[in-house]
Amino acid sequence: MIELEGLTKRYGEKVAVDNLTFTVRPGIVTGFLGPNGAGKSTTMRMILGLDHPTAGDVRIDGTHYDRLQDPLTYIGALLEAKGVHPGRSAYNHLLWLAQSNGIPERRVREVLGEVGLTAVARKKAKGFSLGMGQRLGIAAALLGDPRILMFDEPVNGLDPEGIHWIRTLMKSLAEQGRTVFVSSHLMSEMALTADHLVVIGQGRLLADTSMAEFIERNSRSYVRVRSPQREALLDALHQAGVTAVDGADGTLEVDGTPAEKIGELAARNGVVLHELSPQQASLEEAFMQLTAESVEYHAHTGAPLPPQQQWGESWRKG
Amino acid sequence: MATAQVVRSEWTKIRSVASTVWTLSTAVVVTIALGMLISALSKNEFGSLSERERLSFDPTFISFAGTSLGQLAMIVFGVLVVSNEYSTGMIRASLAAVPKRGVFLFSKLAVATALAFVVGMATSFATFFLGQLMLGDLAASIGDDGVLRAVFGGGLYMTLIALFSMGVAAMLRSPMLSLGILMPFFFLISNILGNVSATEKVGRFLPDQAGSRIMRVVTPVDDDTPYGPWGGLGIMALWVIAAVVGGYVLLKRRDAQ
Repeated sequence: MIELEGLTKRYGEKVAVDNLTFTVRPGIVTGFLGPNGAGKSTTMRMILGLDHPTAGDVRIDGTHYDRLQDPLTYIGALLEAKGVHPGRSAYNHLLWLAQSNGIPERRVREVLGEVGLTAVARKKAKGFSLGMGQRLGIAAALLGDPRILMFDEPVNGLDPEGIHWIRTLMKSLAEQGRTVFVSSHLMSEMALTADHLVVIGQGRLLADTSMAEFIERNSRSYVRVRSPQREALLDALHQAGVTAVDGADGTLEVDGTPAEKIGELAARNGVVLHELSPQQASLEEAFMQLTAESVEYHAHTGAPLPPQQQWGESWRKG
Repeated sequence: MATAQVVRSEWTKIRSVASTVWTLSTAVVVTIALGMLISALSKNEFGSLSERERLSFDPTFISFAGTSLGQLAMIVFGVLVVSNEYSTGMIRASLAAVPKRGVFLFSKLAVATALAFVVGMATSFATFFLGQLMLGDLAASIGDDGVLRAVFGGGLYMTLIALFSMGVAAMLRSPMLSLGILMPFFFLISNILGNVSATEKVGRFLPDQAGSRIMRVVTPVDDDTPYGPWGGLGIMALWVIAAVVGGYVLLKRRDAQ
């Protein structure tokens, strides 16, 4: 169990993490979602006692991190920056970690086998691919057989096979009753692995909810309509009291009116339709809708928007 | 958190990277080779020295002439041992494994200093005996007054230089910045300050100038240095303590990156 209470980190004027309060529970995979720069990595570093919080508190099983006896046996973490000396072999990297926490050397061989690095255990880390480096980081997290695991963007740089492996691993760790806390900036990734979701934007807590509830509350259904007589269609919809907004490529998007009714309305007014399709907004869109406010705030301060977030803006304006 | 575990872990770290071997072996080879060379040259020139210069002739100190260059490799060793943690991002893994930052830093420094001590002592004794071999009939004997102290002191000097560099690297974190300051300082600036009469009195309180006093057996004629061999080493030790304490305080306060 990881408990955050009013956790805050400021760098001068800039607030990286703003008064975060939530609990990460055992037995499930908790996704930690937010756009890049939302403060996920900073939060994780504070959980590990690496960065000092400006205010607030974080506890691991009720204890401060620096009070844990042999912390690697309580919580194992894969941080985004893996922190492996390029000239040191995978085996020796895990060996010094094990020795520092009184973990038997046999565990080094075990975790190397678990992540599939046995064959390259004696090779220097500088020859490792991104995926191998990620596997080594996961081996380090598993080393102390901890009850809590924390992964910062674990699928980054992995091939499809590696991604599948990570997802299976996280689920099986949670099934064993462990606490699994995993960050990502991709909603789609979270949808496949997480049971519970903590969403942050601009360092602030935006949602702390079960995955199912999040989907239900945030997904938007609408109807996409395409017509060569766009103006006539708009008039017809307007007269019927239906609001449409501009979609992509000259389409119209209609909220809250079933496709059947729009079709009948068009027929009655003699408007030709080239497309009439009910749409379910993806979870990715739901996520962007939720974080849009913090993204907009970003835009006002002059930071350029990543392309997919601008795309998210376009449908949200209605 | 048993400190013994952390010391063991730091030993694994230090023995499993190539830089340990090449920095320390460079220190050994350069110190001994240059010491032998200068000793041989000094023997040949002794005949042409003035009476005054002959009175100040210090065969023990001459055999340690290689230290001025060999210490640079010790500095690289000390800097890399600490700053590698930062340049590779390993510091996060290290402090996640050992959150008590004092235990982490002092275990690391203890292991690296112990290694520097063993290598420094071996180098010091080897450079003395090989240097005396080159000096032939001008040679000092290890049994002569003050010679054993000078040779033992030479090993301590190398150890303290390495530890000083570790403290500075703990403060500055970047290997390039640390080496960029320490190398020119010990190779050039300290020598210049120590040899220009205007700055001489300040220069001799610098760590290397004060510390190297321990390797002298014969006091030069007209010498007015206000401290003796152990006094000089004490001044050097104060510099080392300041650097290590500075490194510890900053490590304790800063975020780990």
